[in-house]
Amino acid sequence: MAEANTSSRTRSRRSNAQNRGKSGSRGPRKTPEKPRQAAPKAADKPATETAEKSAFDPIVFSRDEDLKAYREMLLIRRFEEKAGQLYGMGLIGGFCHLYIGQEAVVVGVQFALKQGDQVTTTYRDHGHMLATGMEPRGVMAELTGRRGGYSKGKGGSMHMFSREKNFYGGHGIVGASVPLGTGLAFANQYRDNGAISVTYFGDGAANQGQVYESFNMAKLWDLPVVYVIENNQYGMGTSVARASATTELCKRGQSFDIPGHQVDGMDVRAVKAAADFAAEHARSGKGPIILEMLTYRYRGHSMSDPAKYRSKEEVQKMRTEHDAIEQVKQRLLGEHKLSEDEVKEIDKEVRAIVNDAAEFAQNDPEPDPSELWTDIYVEA
Amino acid sequence: MPTEILMPALSPTMEEGKLAKWTVKEGDEVAAGDVIAEIETDKATMEVEAVDEGTIAKILIGEGTDAVKVNTPIALLLMEGEDEADLREAGGARKSNGAAHPNGDAAEAAPAQGEAKAASEESESGKLGRADGPVSVLVAMDKAEPPEEPEVPEGTEFVEQTVREALRDAMAEEMRRDGEVFVMGEEVAEYQGAYKVTQGLLAEFGARRVIDTPITEHGFAGLGVGAAFAGLRPVVEFMTWNFGMQAMDQIINSAAKTLYMAGGQMGCPIVFRGPNGAAARVAAQHSQDFAAWYSHVPGLKVIQPHTAADAKGLLKAAIRDPNPVIFLENEILYGQTFPVPELDDFVLPIGKAKIARKGGDATIVSFGIGMTHALQAAEALAEEGIDCEVIDLRTLRPMDMDTVIASVKKTNRCVTVEEGWPQSSVGSFIAAELMAKAFDWLDAPVLSVTGKDVPMPYAANLEKLALPSAKDVVAAVKAVSYAD
Ligand SMILES: Cc1ncc(C[n+]2csc(CCOP(=O)(O)OP(=O)(O)O)c2C)c(N)n1
Ligand SMILES: [Mg+2]
Repeated sequence: MAEANTSSRTRSRRSNAQNRGKSGSRGPRKTPEKPRQAAPKAADKPATETAEKSAFDPIVFSRDEDLKAYREMLLIRRFEEKAGQLYGMGLIGGFCHLYIGQEAVVVGVQFALKQGDQVTTTYRDHGHMLATGMEPRGVMAELTGRRGGYSKGKGGSMHMFSREKNFYGGHGIVGASVPLGTGLAFANQYRDNGAISVTYFGDGAANQGQVYESFNMAKLWDLPVVYVIENNQYGMGTSVARASATTELCKRGQSFDIPGHQVDGMDVRAVKAAADFAAEHARSGKGPIILEMLTYRYRGHSMSDPAKYRSKEEVQKMRTEHDAIEQVKQRLLGEHKLSEDEVKEIDKEVRAIVNDAAEFAQNDPEPDPSELWTDIYVEA
Repeated sequence: MPTEILMPALSPTMEEGKLAKWTVKEGDEVAAGDVIAEIETDKATMEVEAVDEGTIAKILIGEGTDAVKVNTPIALLLMEGEDEADLREAGGARKSNGAAHPNGDAAEAAPAQGEAKAASEESESGKLGRADGPVSVLVAMDKAEPPEEPEVPEGTEFVEQTVREALRDAMAEEMRRDGEVFVMGEEVAEYQGAYKVTQGLLAEFGARRVIDTPITEHGFAGLGVGAAFAGLRPVVEFMTWNFGMQAMDQIINSAAKTLYMAGGQMGCPIVFRGPNGAAARVAAQHSQDFAAWYSHVPGLKVIQPHTAADAKGLLKAAIRDPNPVIFLENEILYGQTFPVPELDDFVLPIGKAKIARKGGDATIVSFGIGMTHALQAAEALAEEGIDCEVIDLRTLRPMDMDTVIASVKKTNRCVTVEEGWPQSSVGSFIAAELMAKAFDWLDAPVLSVTGKDVPMPYAANLEKLALPSAKDVVAAVKAVSYAD
């Protein structure tokens, strides 16, 4: 585990909608020093780039929790595999970034969220959408550019939204989702509605300037935002070490006094534990927090990735030794005493959902040509 | 010879101010850096410091005097070795040539003063503007122009207001009306706005709704867009639009396009506003007109008002609009005064041009500060018997081409006026539209008067050359009229 902030160094500041109103100023606040929130204990070993350590010892999952985690992660995996297939068949165009390998991150984080919390992410967004409860049919039909897609076929893989599920995109510009998610948190604070905003971005995005502009404002105003850095070790073909002067991305909030934690993003229980902690932190008015999820994408960056920058062995090792879904499956079969058949039954149900989505996405008509001219402006 | 102390400018666009107070009297010795007076403008109060050491020999402008023009001598300073005799001599000299300017030695030593001399001589001889501000003299004419406001019910009273006050009132009224409207930007709260547009808002609405941001345009623009996605109604001020360029990705990729990419789900009710275009003497990085840039983008609405009434009515409309609106103001116009209708809720329609002056011989189309040149040219042309119709677009997107086309069908000639660069300008779009939709009515090619195709220079004379002027407009109208 790596804890980004040591409690002695930091000067904690506090503000929320109410006390800002009272003080009448967003200027430098003179709140007395106060001890930093008790954080999980630091591990004795320094963090490395493997996904073996966790700031949050895996909490024990009940049978139901593991069943839910298994089902949801498997849905994402099967969905993505199907999307890859449809892409190969020419039914999905353009860029298509698969989430295979990273499923534990969104599923674990989503477990910690409450009704009304918002989620924002990048273009690698299919998993996030399924985790927030968006319909597989609508997501897949958007991938195929059909009228039943979440954006009526006008957004595509990278740009989907659901007001109903509080999913705020799906953004194609690396780093751009970070101020947006911060703005959602701003709105929560403005309305004092108790909701938090979870803002996902990649290890590559973590080097964008606007990320730090956002960190600064988020801490300055103590906005209720959880920044989840999905460190899958690569931004396209560039490894973290080749792109980042410092590779422990959980520490990237240090100069803003934003605490950060590195988490084993391949263990859904560790993710859930970290997300519980972070959500509570943000929700209770302590301001932003960073979770660096150490994870891995098994597939290429997008469908057209030559994968020359990493070895097959590296990928294989992650798949066989750390696969998030396999870990849960072993617990289901072991300590939760499910039979092989019961697990297979889940697999079957998930496959059926995905096949149905794919079927829908292939048969749904393309958008009406008149849609070219709609949704440019909201009628005033 | 005594040294003249001149009325200083607090900002590049200041033209005059009030000499509020003398803190020295005649006969006082002063050292460089001593405060000698206080001056006030509608934006700020500032102390005037002595630059040289000497004795205040004569106070030329009494305290409490309003509207003292920049560069007017306000006092005479006798330096070491000079005495009363010098003063008398200087007095005679002043009387004889009438123009206030520093003595020859000083002018040579200080280029800034030399410039001031050029300015005062020029305005005296009735030419336009002062050396560092191309349009200042046009104010009077704007004031004289009777308000053509079909949007206002008959019998409405008007109050004289600056554009700055009108913008502030628009925000304040909308903030009173809707608790989800907030203002955010650099120096908008405690400093009261870098150009004092948000004056008084912090006091009325508090720090929750009037928010000073760090200097982080890309970040706070994106944060504003996120807040707008959530349904809040941010008014994001850029200190100037030059700095808004840092935020262009969020404005275009996030604010303008998301509704479409979301199949209509994710509206973005946000206003980005601030001064646009050349201020005065701030050179290339601080003097750019972004009207053509933003008007290019589907998903954005783009407004650039000229008068205070339009500024108010359109800003209120912009804040209520459910779409992202780019609201382009102008620093030079901020201090200009226009009649504004006294109505409880004066909202103008976005996307409607205004005929600012009726005429039948040629159509001049402009917007924002270009209107000052357009109206001034129309005045001059009228004296020569060319009667121009002047259209103020007010909104650049959606553009009210119907009004332009209707006018051109009447006049058969068109000249466009804008401060931006010529290539891919607003004018070139209008010319193309007219060619496609009113070709048979045109008796001459459409001409565009624009800023010159160069980065904005600093030197006063070059800056003047770079900017469009009423003279350019007159020449263009004569050309399309085939008049000498
Ligand atoms: C501003 C910007 N620059 C470049 C790109 C092209 N691009 C798309 S994804 C990507 C890599 C991002 O890597 P990372 O943030 O680690 O996310 P991951 O793809 O690993 O999920 C790049 C360079 C872009 N979309 N936006
Ligand atoms: Mg990555």
